Amino acid sequence: MTKFINKDTRVVVQGITGSQGMFHTRLMKEYGTKIVAGVTPGRGGQESEGVPVYDTIHEAQDNHDIDTSIIFVPAPFSLDAALEAIEADLDPVVVITEGIPVADSIKLVASAKAKGITIVGPNTPGVIKAGESKMGIMPAQVFKKGNVGIISRSGTLFYEIASQITRVGLGQSTCVGLGGDPVVGLDYIDMLKWFQDDPETEAVALIGEIGGDAEERAAKYIKEGGFSKPVAAFIAGRAAVPGKRMGHAGAIIQGSTGTADSKINALRKAGVAVGELPGKVAEELLRLL
Amino acid sequence: MKLLEYEAKEYFKQFGIPTPMGNMVTTPEDAAKYVESLGKPVVIKVQLPVGGRGKAGGVKFADTSEEAKEAAKQLLGMTIKDLKVEKLYVEEKVGIVNEIYLGVTIDRNRKQHVVLASSEGGMEIEEVAAKTPEKIVRFYVDPLTGLRSYHANYIASKLGYRGGMMRKFSSFVTKLYTLAVEMDAELTEINPLAEVADGFLAADARLNIDNNALFRHKELQERLLDSYQGELTEREMEARAEDLTYVELDGDIGIIGNGAGLTMATLDSVMIHGGKAANFLDLGGGATPERIGKAVKFVLRDERTKSLFVNVLGGITRCDYTAEGIVAAREELGLRKPIVVRMMGTKEEEGKAILKKNDIDTLDSMEEAAEKAVKLAGGDA
Repeated sequence: MTKFINKDTRVVVQGITGSQGMFHTRLMKEYGTKIVAGVTPGRGGQESEGVPVYDTIHEAQDNHDIDTSIIFVPAPFSLDAALEAIEADLDPVVVITEGIPVADSIKLVASAKAKGITIVGPNTPGVIKAGESKMGIMPAQVFKKGNVGIISRSGTLFYEIASQITRVGLGQSTCVGLGGDPVVGLDYIDMLKWFQDDPETEAVALIGEIGGDAEERAAKYIKEGGFSKPVAAFIAGRAAVPGKRMGHAGAIIQGSTGTADSKINALRKAGVAVGELPGKVAEELLRLL
Repeated sequence: MKLLEYEAKEYFKQFGIPTPMGNMVTTPEDAAKYVESLGKPVVIKVQLPVGGRGKAGGVKFADTSEEAKEAAKQLLGMTIKDLKVEKLYVEEKVGIVNEIYLGVTIDRNRKQHVVLASSEGGMEIEEVAAKTPEKIVRFYVDPLTGLRSYHANYIASKLGYRGGMMRKFSSFVTKLYTLAVEMDAELTEINPLAEVADGFLAADARLNIDNNALFRHKELQERLLDSYQGELTEREMEARAEDLTYVELDGDIGIIGNGAGLTMATLDSVMIHGGKAANFLDLGGGATPERIGKAVKFVLRDERTKSLFVNVLGGITRCDYTAEGIVAAREELGLRKPIVVRMMGTKEEEGKAILKKNDIDTLDSMEEAAEKAVKLAGGDA
């Protein structure tokens, strides 16, 4: 299993010269993330946000020790970028890009799995270790070092709940956005396994939404005793209508699968405290800890 | 993006998938002319982006060109599920020995393509799955090897085919899988797939393309907006044209948020406080004041909207931009519908100051804001 990130993790930014790549490289550096190199084909030899840029990861590795990669390259080129990072044995590979074809996501996730590498995303806000390092686009000000791990399929709702956790006087350990696409690298269960063994995490906030059955599978895993720390959850989309994609490519109720009620019921049966409103998650965590 | 049967069949032909002879027509005269040239009995099917056309009377048979003309005339006057029939597919009638089902789709949980095949074609595959699950062959494809010929042979023999028919069905499966991958299909389905005396024919065709992959299929990209017909409401079509992520709902409280999850949670909180949302509108990340203004105008213009609830969590989206966009939109429309804003994060103070100057209230808590939006819409919160 991946080590995810901490203050010592050395990061390469793929797509560092694009507007998103530059903007977030600056914010990540401000937060304390060790960004040692950037890659943009054709821009080798330049600097971006004070970071040396290379044409390939291979070349960046000749000059730096690198642990992980974060990808901002446009969707048509993301598969190539991710395969390059996987081939270079970087782990995890965080894919921020939205709009990647599902077929490409299937390929990159399978390629990573064959090498035991973790893909975070695609279409993810990324991963943060509160107070140490962030590989992602989440606003840093809502996080504070603490003992709650967060797993979320959504972005802004994740920040919303993180800020409420901070507001009630708690804080976060490692927080991961799984991504809003139908096919993503990480599942809730992967993260629950990781949090089970993480000594810095004492409780978990699970943030889900309509579409698919990842939350139901997580509930089953918890119910069967796979995860022993307290969990509080929120599921978005009770007011959603079947057959309509609610913003995220993966957020769609198809037939009778993927409804919020099915997820909420499964989680409650597994003993998870499910909040009716996002604000209730922090209150539940306060009660559980 | 959902293609119509005749469009899907064009691609089927390109990929060498056997299909009956057929032609798309838009007039009874052309239907008659085609049957004349074909010299065979035909089936005439309406071309609409919705299912259940058979039950709705959208399929007719004809033996002669006169019959075809008459049938086409009737079909072209029909309206099915609010859609006017404008296109017909005239296809040679084939001697079906057995109706098969074959489909390729994506299993999001397993993160693989899956091939589904069943000897029970002709009815909905969901129905077969519920009643006789043992009659469905599911084959999950390893993304690193793709579907190999021995996989396709396995599927064919599982359906009970031997010898030449086994090889023919196997080749059919391989071709459909190749099409699914190369065309970036979210789903491609043949139901029924006709087993005829000497082989197999795609009697129907469904092909849904992944919108995110349209950069690889430029010829389809141009037709994206048209393809939403039947799937999206008129208002949703307008929103698409303005590049807004919008879903129409049936309440009276307009909702704008940033990020899909937060916007969904905003709908939920309105529902919990006894209100009903008129829409879902996700600004996405990093919206400019112009984009926010456009969204606010779009929702306020909707005569059903009695109050508007804007919920923004500022990260890469800025609260001051949000405030500027709201104020400008309201000025421009000259409407005085009540607006409730909840904003937090990047440039929060600046944003709140702009709104205060313009007499628009802001609240810090999403719950309180939802309650107020419901009250202002005349609900019973």
